[in-house]
Amino acid sequence: MADMLTKFPRRRTVLLASLLAVGMTATACSAPGEDRSSTQKSDAAVKTELGTDPITLEMYAETGFPLAKALADEFSKQHSNVTFNIREDQFTVIVENAPRVMASDNSPDIIRLPTMVDLVKDDLLKNLDPYFTAYGWDKFPASQLMQLRVGENTRGTGSLYGMGLGYSVTGVFYNKKLASQIGMTQPPATVAEFEELLAKAKAGGVQPIMQFNKNTAGINFPHQALQNQFGDPTQVADWIFQKPGATFDTPAALKATQTIQKWAQAGYFTKDANALDYAGMVGEFQKGNGLFMFNGDWESANLDKSMPGNVGFFLFPTESPGGKHVAMSAPNTFGVSAKAKNPDAAAYFLNWVHTNAKAREISVTVGGSSPGGPSDLPVPSAAPNTVLAETLKASQQLGAENGAVDFTANATGGIFAAAITPEMQKLIAGQQTPEGYVKAVQAEYQKELSR
Amino acid sequence: MTSALGSAPTGRDDSRARPTPTRAHRFRWARAAGTGWLYVLPALVMYAVFVLRPLVLTLQYSLYDWNGIGVARWVGLDNYLTVFTDSDLLKIIGNAIVLIVFFSFIPVALGLLVASMVRRITTGAFGTVVRTILFLPQVIPLVAAGIAWSWLLSSNGLVNQALRAVGLGGVARAWLGDFDTALPAVGVIGAWVLLGLCTILLVTGMSKIDPALYEAARLDGAGPVREFLAVTLPSLRQEIGVCLTVTIIAALASFDIVYISTSGGPGLQTTVPGLEIYRLAFSQRQVGLASALAVVLMLLVLACVLPIQRLSRGEKP
Repeated sequence: MADMLTKFPRRRTVLLASLLAVGMTATACSAPGEDRSSTQKSDAAVKTELGTDPITLEMYAETGFPLAKALADEFSKQHSNVTFNIREDQFTVIVENAPRVMASDNSPDIIRLPTMVDLVKDDLLKNLDPYFTAYGWDKFPASQLMQLRVGENTRGTGSLYGMGLGYSVTGVFYNKKLASQIGMTQPPATVAEFEELLAKAKAGGVQPIMQFNKNTAGINFPHQALQNQFGDPTQVADWIFQKPGATFDTPAALKATQTIQKWAQAGYFTKDANALDYAGMVGEFQKGNGLFMFNGDWESANLDKSMPGNVGFFLFPTESPGGKHVAMSAPNTFGVSAKAKNPDAAAYFLNWVHTNAKAREISVTVGGSSPGGPSDLPVPSAAPNTVLAETLKASQQLGAENGAVDFTANATGGIFAAAITPEMQKLIAGQQTPEGYVKAVQAEYQKELSR
Repeated sequence: MTSALGSAPTGRDDSRARPTPTRAHRFRWARAAGTGWLYVLPALVMYAVFVLRPLVLTLQYSLYDWNGIGVARWVGLDNYLTVFTDSDLLKIIGNAIVLIVFFSFIPVALGLLVASMVRRITTGAFGTVVRTILFLPQVIPLVAAGIAWSWLLSSNGLVNQALRAVGLGGVARAWLGDFDTALPAVGVIGAWVLLGLCTILLVTGMSKIDPALYEAARLDGAGPVREFLAVTLPSLRQEIGVCLTVTIIAALASFDIVYISTSGGPGLQTTVPGLEIYRLAFSQRQVGLASALAVVLMLLVLACVLPIQRLSRGEKP
C-alpha cells in the first residue's frame, strides 16, 4: 500500500492534498451544529380562538394508520378555514427524520413523535404548558399525560410536550377457532394458566404464538408483558423515564428473559421469528397460523375486517390470581414543533381531538383506541361482538386499575435498534443467556445516557 | 500577462504585431486550456459541491461527538479509536470482508465458467436471449431482488418447498433468520445479482481474443482446460480486474440487499458497515462515529481496489 502511494503521480497527490486542505480549512473553522438554546421564546400569550383567517396546518404523520388523516378531514369539515397538508412516512423513518425535519425552515406544525427527551434537549419541541392552562387540560386524568412530560433529562414529570391522538393499549389477540380446538373456553387468569395453554397448543399441533422479531424486536412485547407482572412496574417506568439510578438489571427482567428463552426453546414462537416482520406476523395470524399474537389495539379495526367474529383480546394475565393488570400502553403521541408557523391552531386541533364528540368517535372507530380527554366525557362505544369492543373495554379496565406502563423500547432514542433488537434475536436463537441479555441492554442504556 | 494580451492577434494588422512563435504558442495553449476549463467548470462545480464537500465534511464530522443538531464536541481521534476497538464494529467490518467471497470471488469464478460455456453461442437470436437472461438480475432494482429472495428463502418459501419435495426437509430452515446461514444467504443474493454483470463482461472480453491463439493452442495439443488456462485467462486480465473492482466495492459498500432481506439481523450476523453508518447517523444520532466508520470504510475500499487496479493493468506490482 505504501509502495503504491509513492507511485501515485506526485502532481495528482499535491492537487488532491491541496483540495482537501482548502476544504478542511473552509469547513473546520467552526464546530458543526448550531446552538439553539436561546431560540425557544417564552410562551406568555397563547390564543385559544381559531379565528376565520385561512390556515394551512402542516402535519407529519405515520403511514398505514389512517386516524390522523380521518381526524384532519373531519376538522376541516367543521372548520372550513383550516386545511391540512399531510406528509406520511413509516414510523421508523419519522424517528430518523424528526430532528432534521423539525430543525429545518419547513418544520411541520404537528408531528408524530418518536422518543421526546432528545428533541426537548435540542429545543425542537414546543412547550405545551401554556395551552395546558388555557384549555384546562388539568381536567384530564393526570396519568393520561404523564408519559408526555419531560423534565430535567427525565420523562414522566416536568412540562408537557405532546398529546395523544388516541391512547393505545397492548395485550394478547387470540384466534377463537384455534382456542376452542385446544379447549380454551375463557382468557387465562394467571401467567401459569397462559403457559398451560401454550403447552396444550404445542401438543395439539397448533402454533402457540405468532410473533415477529425481524427488523424491530416484536418479542419485546411478550417480554415486557412478563416483566410487568414479575416485579414492581414502577421500576420499569422509572427506567423508561430515565430516573437516576434506575436499572434494567432487575430480578423481574431476568425472570421475564428466562421465561422468553424457555418459550423459545419449547417452540412456542415460530422457528423463523427472527426472519418475520410485523406485516408478515399479522398476515400469518390472519391466515389462522397462530393461536396468540401480542399486539396493540391499533390492529383491532383491521382484524375485525379480516377475521370477523374469530378473534378475541385479553390483557396479559397477572402472576397470581386476582392481581392488578399492568400493560404497555402509550399515547399515539403528537407534538407541536418549536418552529411551527401555526402553533395556536395546532394546539386547538389537539384539544378538539380530545373533546369533540365526532372526533372521539373517529378515534375509536378508525384508530381502535381510547380517545382520552376529560374523564367526565363518555367513551364512544364500538359495535358489539367485535374485537374493537374488547380492546376498548380492556383500555377502560387498565385505566381504572391505573396499570399503564410505557414501552421499554421508548426508553432512549437508540436502545431498541442498538440493544433490544439484536440481543432479543440472539436470545431466542440460544446465542445469548438471559443474564447476558439484561446486562447488554443496561450497558447500552448507560452508554446512551452518558452522551 | 499584459504583454500577452497586448500582442493578441487582432485581425488585419496582426502581421505587424505578430509575437515570437514561442509566446504565440504559449498563448494559444493558455487560451485552449482556459476554454477547456470552462467546459469542465459545470461538472467541476457539481463534483466539488456533491462529492468533495461531503467528503471533507465527513472527515470533519469524524473528529466530533455530534448528534446532528446541537453543538458538536471536539473529540479528536476518539471515534476512530472506537471503530478499531469496539468488538461489534469490528465484527461488522468482518462481515463485509466475508461478503467479498460471495459478491466477488463466486460471481467472477462462476462468470468465467459460464462465459466459457456460452462463448460460442453469443451470436444470433439465441445469443441475445442468453445474454438478456444472464444480465437480468443486474437490471432489477436491488430492493426488489432483496424482497423476492426474502420470499424464496423464507421458512415456507420456494427453496424450502423444493428441499422438502426431494426429501431434504431436515435441511429446510428460515435461511435469512438463522444465525448460521443468514450471512451466506445474503451472500447468495449478492452473487446472484452480480453473476450476470461478470458473465457479460467476460463474454465480451472473450469475443475480443484472437481465434488464432486458440487454433495455435489446439495445434500444440491443448485440451479445453489447458486452452482456458493458457489463452483465455491471461487475455481476460483487464476484464477480471474490472469485475473484481466493481464487485468488491459492491460487497464492502452493500446496503440495499442487507437492509431489505435481514435488516442486519439476526443479532449482528449480517450487519455491514453501510447499514451501521446509516443506523449510527440516523437512529442513534452519533454522526461523528458514523463519519469515522465511513472514512474507515472508504480506506478499506481503496486498500482492496487499488492493488487490483494496478495488477489488472499489467504493471509490475
